Amino acid sequence: MAKNKKSLSYELIKGIVKENPLFVLVLGTCPALAVTTSAFNGLGMGIAFTFVLIMSNVVISALRKVIPDSVRIPAYITIIASLVTIVEFLLKAYTPELDQSLGIFIPLITVNCIILGRAEAFANRNGLMASIMDAIGMGLGFTLALLLMGGLREVFGFGTFFGINMPWISEGGLRPIGIFALPAGGFAIYGVLVALFNKMNHSWYSRKPDDTMDRRNYPGSISARTDAPFVSAEAASTGTESIAISKGSVPESMTEPGERSICPGERD
Amino acid sequence: MQDMFKILFSVILIDNLVLSRFLGVCSFLGLTKDLKNSMGMSVAVIFVMLVSTAVTYPIYYYLLDPSGLGYLQTVIFILVIAATVQVLEAIIRKAMPPLYDAMGIFLPLITTNCAILGVMLINIQETYSFVNAIMSSLGAGLGYTLAMFLFVGVREKMETSDIPESFKGLPSALMAASIVSVAFMGFSGVIENLFS
Repeated sequence: MAKNKKSLSYELIKGIVKENPLFVLVLGTCPALAVTTSAFNGLGMGIAFTFVLIMSNVVISALRKVIPDSVRIPAYITIIASLVTIVEFLLKAYTPELDQSLGIFIPLITVNCIILGRAEAFANRNGLMASIMDAIGMGLGFTLALLLMGGLREVFGFGTFFGINMPWISEGGLRPIGIFALPAGGFAIYGVLVALFNKMNHSWYSRKPDDTMDRRNYPGSISARTDAPFVSAEAASTGTESIAISKGSVPESMTEPGERSICPGERD
Repeated sequence: MQDMFKILFSVILIDNLVLSRFLGVCSFLGLTKDLKNSMGMSVAVIFVMLVSTAVTYPIYYYLLDPSGLGYLQTVIFILVIAATVQVLEAIIRKAMPPLYDAMGIFLPLITTNCAILGVMLINIQETYSFVNAIMSSLGAGLGYTLAMFLFVGVREKMETSDIPESFKGLPSALMAASIVSVAFMGFSGVIENLFS
């Protein structure tokens, strides 16, 4: 991305469909599945997440010349964890019920792959404005994705939307289907939406479904993360190649030239 | 004693780490393509989970909590986990080469697996005693392993089946995970009756 500079507005809108972090890059799956039992929870999680992402992109982009390269990942994690602690306090103070329902998934924003991935792939090598735009775009994409999932699960699972009763469900003979509120429904809805986004990307950007799932140029996207250990495990077992993997890095060959992958294994 | 086993089994079967708490979903979806990788990851998760529980528990209860710094748990825990993984890697490589081979490259990758931090936070939240916290971590690791192994079988079957173009790959894996998750729902209630 640093290779070819794009306009600020491109950075802003790319996160919504084309590079939607949840449905196309498949990052941050854990909170997405766990908290989207209602539209309100999804929206709350999205906003908390966006706040952390914007702030961490700002801080890291501003400090990118100060942080030594060798300790950048611990430095990023510490910055992100501190920001998450701030968000935790804010939620506890102003929306205690949201804090209750999101539970441990607020502190777990720390290990969300999107934030660390954006820090490494974007904020680390771009200016402040572009980093803010990127964070807003990605945050917006993630928030909308969570809202969509939360909305669907709430409408089908409880027959309400943002806690408001939906008459066309409760009176239209369509009974709430309890399973959508359960973990099983979360996986199913997520699967259908990923397939839908595959299809949309296919017809809008004429990208083959396979291409959208194999995005090695996006650090942390599920294909980059899973192929790297897979390939190097095979190489290690055959003994043809000795690969030393330091913490938080995959072999350079596994990533796009110029892009260092930050989320090699799994960072949820 | 009964308490311990109740926690152990309910964490494995009912509150399964992957299928009902949604922790470690990324590695679950990513690494279940073949048995060898999922085995390495599972061993590494169980091991790191146990050791970092043993380290973070005293840190929280003897250091953070008495000085009123409980809110620093996220920052401290993630740094402790990262350090633990580094130390463990060095020790295991020297002392237990077979175990190191089994975990292979998965040990360093585990630092930011949200399953580890998640379980540490759950242990504190539930105010478990030290032994129960260890049991809950062991159960979480075993539950993760169980889910991984079950899912490897499911995915191997799926590789050869005819799936619509858009559903190929991840979406079909998610649908399968949904069905496996339904199967695990059958366990709820079993534990209550088993230990009552």
